[in-house]
Amino acid sequence: MEIFLQQVVNGLVVGSVYALVALGYTMVYGILGLINFAHGDLVMVGALTALQTMMFLMGVAPGMSPMAMLGLSLLVAVGVCMILAFLMERLAYRPLRNAPRLAPLITAIGVSFLLQTLAMIVWGRNYHTFPQLISTTPLQPVEGVFITPIQITIVAVSALMMAGLILLVTKTKLGRAMRATAENHRVAALMGVDTNLIIASTFVIGAALAAVAGVMFASNYGIAHYGMGFMPGLKAFTAAVLGGIGNLGGAMLGGIVLGLVESFGAGYIEQATFGFLNSSYQDIFAFIILGLVLIFKPTGLLGERVSDRA
Amino acid sequence: MKKTVVALAIMGFGLSAAQAQEMVVKIGSVAPLTGTISHLGKDNENGARLAVEDANAKGITIGGKKVKFELMGEDDQADPRTGTTVAQRLVDAGVKGVVGHLNSGTTIPASRIYNQAGIPVITPSATNPTLTNQGYKAVFRTIANDVQQGSVLGKFISGPLAAKTVAIIDDRTAYGQGLADETEKAVKAGGGKVVAREFTTDKATDFNAILTKIRGAKPDVIFFGGMDAQAGPMLRQLKQLGVEAKFVTGDGGCSPEMIKLAGDSIGSNAYCSMAGLPLEKMPGGAEFRDRFKKRFNADVQIYSPYAYDAAMALINAMAAAGSPEPSKYLASLKKISFQGVTGTVAFDDKGDIKDGAVTVYQFKNGTWVPM
Repeated sequence: MEIFLQQVVNGLVVGSVYALVALGYTMVYGILGLINFAHGDLVMVGALTALQTMMFLMGVAPGMSPMAMLGLSLLVAVGVCMILAFLMERLAYRPLRNAPRLAPLITAIGVSFLLQTLAMIVWGRNYHTFPQLISTTPLQPVEGVFITPIQITIVAVSALMMAGLILLVTKTKLGRAMRATAENHRVAALMGVDTNLIIASTFVIGAALAAVAGVMFASNYGIAHYGMGFMPGLKAFTAAVLGGIGNLGGAMLGGIVLGLVESFGAGYIEQATFGFLNSSYQDIFAFIILGLVLIFKPTGLLGERVSDRA
Repeated sequence: MKKTVVALAIMGFGLSAAQAQEMVVKIGSVAPLTGTISHLGKDNENGARLAVEDANAKGITIGGKKVKFELMGEDDQADPRTGTTVAQRLVDAGVKGVVGHLNSGTTIPASRIYNQAGIPVITPSATNPTLTNQGYKAVFRTIANDVQQGSVLGKFISGPLAAKTVAIIDDRTAYGQGLADETEKAVKAGGGKVVAREFTTDKATDFNAILTKIRGAKPDVIFFGGMDAQAGPMLRQLKQLGVEAKFVTGDGGCSPEMIKLAGDSIGSNAYCSMAGLPLEKMPGGAEFRDRFKKRFNADVQIYSPYAYDAAMALINAMAAAGSPEPSKYLASLKKISFQGVTGTVAFDDKGDIKDGAVTVYQFKNGTWVPM
C-alpha cells in the first residue's frame, strides 16, 4: 500500500509538470493547427534563465530571502520565455501561416534545435546544479509515503496556473477573442478581432506556463541542462494528444494520466508480465499510449472540442 | 655574382631539404564533445592534446626525420552511428592512430572500421569487455575493463560492506549494462542476493518510480551502473524518498561533477570505483594535474590521464618502430612497456592493459576518498 501511494505521489508530481507544458502545445494547436515542437525547449530556457538570475542575485544581494530570490528569478524566466515565444511566432511561424501544414511543422523542429544550440553556446554543455530554494526534506503525511515541500508546490502551482488559464479563456475578452480566432481566424478578423495579436498572445501565454514548468522541474531535480526540455516536451505533446489536442481540460487530464501511467508502469510492469517486461520500458509507455489512443480514439480522451478549443 | 647565385642555390636546397625532413603525423581523438557527457569528452581530448604537444615540444624524430604530430579532434556525440561516421572520416583523413572513443557503445562499432583500415585505436575510457574480445589486432585500452571493475565492486559489496541484499540499476548503455551485469555476477558469487533489477536511460532525470519499487524490496545496497549526470539526481531522489541504503556506483559516477549534482544528498553512504589509481596516487598524477590545469584552465575530470598515456603509447611505438606507418609500428605497440602518467603501460594479448588497477572510493569531507 505504501508503495502504491508513493507511486501515486510520483505520478502526480511528474504529471503536473507534463500538464503545464501540454497546455502550451494544446493552445497553439487549438488556434493554429500547428504542433509547436520548440515548446518543450522553452522549459529549458525557463530553467536556465532562472538559474542565471539566481546566480546574479546571489552575487549582488547575498542576503536576499530564498523565496524572494526564487520569485524574482521566476519572473525573469517567464519574461524571457514570453519575449522569446513572441519572436518565435513573429519570425518563424507567421510568415508561414498560409503555407501547407508541413512547412511550419518542420520550422518548429528547426526552432527547437536552434534553441538547444543557442542554449549550449550560452550556458555550456555541462549539467548545472539548480539551487533548491524550496525545501526537499521529505514529509510523511502517511507512514511510509514521502512527499517534499517542492513536490507539493509543483502540484499546487500547476493547479493554480491551470485554473487561471481556464478563467482567462472562458471569462475574459481576450479569452473570447482566442476562442473566436480558434473557430475561424479569417472570420474573427472580419469581426474586428486583431487575430495576429491573439495568436501572438497564445504563444506568449503558453511560454509563460512552460517557463514556470521549467523552474519547477529544475527545482525538483536540482539539475538544469541545455537538453533538459526535449523529453518532457515530447511527453507533454503526448499528454496533449492523449487528452484531446486543442482541448485545455484534456491537456491537464492527459498530463496527469500520463504521469500516473509512467509511475505505475515502471513500478508494476515486472509483476504484471511475470518478469517478461521490466522498467527499461518506462519511457515507451508514453508512446505506446499515444499509439493506442490514436488507433482507438483519435480525438483523445476528452475529444477535440472544436467549439471551445483555444 | 656567380658565387652568390651558387650560395643562394645551396641555401635554397638546404631549406627544402630541411622541410622534407619534417614529417606531419596525424593522430585522431574521438569523444562526445556535445551532449550530456561532453565535459568528459573534452577532458579526454585535452589529455590526448597535451601528449601531442609534449611530443612536439620534445622534438621526437622517427626514422631520422623530425616529426610534427597533429591532433584531429572529432565529436561522436556518444552516438554509435555518428561514431562510425567519424571513424571513417579519420581513416579517410589518413590518421596514423586514434585515441578514443569515450563510450563503449561508440568504440565497439568504430573499432571494426579502424581494424579494417589497420589503424591502431586505443581507448582511454571504454571499459566494456566486448571491445577486446572481438579478436581485433589493432584495438587497445589503457584502463581496466568492466570485468575487472565489476568483480572488484561485487566483492566490495559482499565483503567490506557486508550486504546481504542488493538492488541493481543500469542505464541501458553498453557501459552501464556491462558493469551492472559483472557486478551482479560477483555479488551472487559472493553469496549476496539481488532483490531488484531496474533500468533507466542515460537521458533520464526522474527515477522516483523505480526507486519507490526498490525501496519496497529493502536492499542493503543499491548499485547503479551509469554516469554522473544520472547518479547525482538519483542520490537526491533516494534521500527524498527516505531510502537509507548504501549507494555504490562505478567510474562513470566517480567524478567531481557527481558530487556537485548530488548536492547535500550525498553522504558517507556513497561509494564509487575507478579503474586505475586515484590521480594523486598515479605515478605522474600530481604533475599531470598541475600541467593540465595550467594548459587548459580546467580540472581533470576522469579519463584524461589515460588519454594522455594512450597517445603516448602510439607515439612511443612509432618511435620504437622507426615509422609512423600502422603496419610497421603495430608490432612494437603490442610489445610496448613504459612508465606513463597512470602507471606502467603495457598490453596483454587481447589489447587490455596489463594489471589494470581498480580503486574503491568513499564520499568523505566533500570529496571522493580512496579506501
